[in-house]
Amino acid sequence: MPDSAAYIPVYVITGFLGSGKTTLLQRLLAASELSDTGVLVNEFGEVGLDHHLLRRVDEDIVLLQNGCLCCTIRGDLSAAIRDLYGRRERGEIAPFARLAIETTGLADPVPILATVMAEPVIRHHFRLGRVITAVDGVNGMLHLDRQPESVKQVAVADRIVVTKTDIATRGAIRDLMMRLHHLNPTATLLAMTIDGVPDAALLLTADLDHPAAGSEEVQRWLTLATAGANDAGHHDHGVNRHDARIHAFCLTLDQPLDWTAFGIWLSMLLHSRGTDVLRVKGLLDVSGADGPVVIHGVQHLVHPPVHLPAWPDGDRRTRLVFIVRDIARAEIERSLTAFNCLG
Amino acid sequence: MLGGEVHWTDSAPSTGAQGSAAARTRRVERLNRVALINAVLGHYGLALADWQGASYLLTNRTGRTEIVGDLTQLWQAAERMLGRRCDPLDPTLVERLETGA
Repeated sequence: MPDSAAYIPVYVITGFLGSGKTTLLQRLLAASELSDTGVLVNEFGEVGLDHHLLRRVDEDIVLLQNGCLCCTIRGDLSAAIRDLYGRRERGEIAPFARLAIETTGLADPVPILATVMAEPVIRHHFRLGRVITAVDGVNGMLHLDRQPESVKQVAVADRIVVTKTDIATRGAIRDLMMRLHHLNPTATLLAMTIDGVPDAALLLTADLDHPAAGSEEVQRWLTLATAGANDAGHHDHGVNRHDARIHAFCLTLDQPLDWTAFGIWLSMLLHSRGTDVLRVKGLLDVSGADGPVVIHGVQHLVHPPVHLPAWPDGDRRTRLVFIVRDIARAEIERSLTAFNCLG
Repeated sequence: MLGGEVHWTDSAPSTGAQGSAAARTRRVERLNRVALINAVLGHYGLALADWQGASYLLTNRTGRTEIVGDLTQLWQAAERMLGRRCDPLDPTLVERLETGA
């Protein structure tokens, strides 16, 4: 398995229009421990203001020229990342230790993740660190109700930052948090007030692939997922909501997994149903392996598996969390069990 | 592109083997993978064979053959040959696997 320390982590910061992601990024970049962060933003909508604000914070900014970077100019995003890396290698800019990409509010973040994870040149120098999604504490419910992009941004997140929590009612924030947790039980939820300072360490450092932090990160989402995923069905989803068809669940398997059979199964599942498997995260008990293997993917994209030296808790069973659209838990469980018996 | 990138399924959990032992292990794993895939592909009338330890040959009943480099390419090629997707959640496939048919 690859040595992740040799790669520069990429953090994708997304969130619906007006959700406060630029403010979040701006405050993160003000933290001294994040001063060695390269930043990519684009010029869509509010971004003229983004540029002005961000440049005062950090000089290492490349502005993308062609509007929405996620759907139409993946090539430009690729070129921008490669350009930034080239300048870093030539010593023209400070050797940034991480890269932050801010998406537009209407963005589906998955093409951006695909660019980082699958573009042949980029994937040799960068790895995906984490997806951070800002959700508007006041209008977040409305966005989730009406905007499928907003639901998708939440479903693929590793961290969700609920913003403007001091200008919404306590009950509204509680309901929003509950809905977000049901939608994506593996994501850590954070609250940020209008003047608040986000937790830099929780957001832009120490991700799953970081050698020293992998086990802690797994423990974090595993605890969240097992507490929340299995009762997601009790949440009151309105039929017209975009997230009514999306649900999360956690499978626990008593039998060890055959790695080869699992790879066949998951690659087949993601090929045929990838658009409906928004997220899969798992801690696997693999037959013959010394320690657990962490797997996580977003739609068709799968991170290189991470081999942990030890189990993060006393439970040594395979636990797999799925966030899916229109797929029943029983279908996944039965199919995986049948494939595993091949091994 | 064949052999250009490492597919995530090729990042197998370490067995601790090195040198010729590791090469032997990889060979055994590869043949095992082909056998397991064929248990699935049989449902669709397709078959897979190892090709020089670097790629795979996918063949249908009429003898049409495609070279594929990894599992992602395999499912793409199988879909092209069949004209439909290969869905692991398909109850008839799952039933076949459960009964070992």
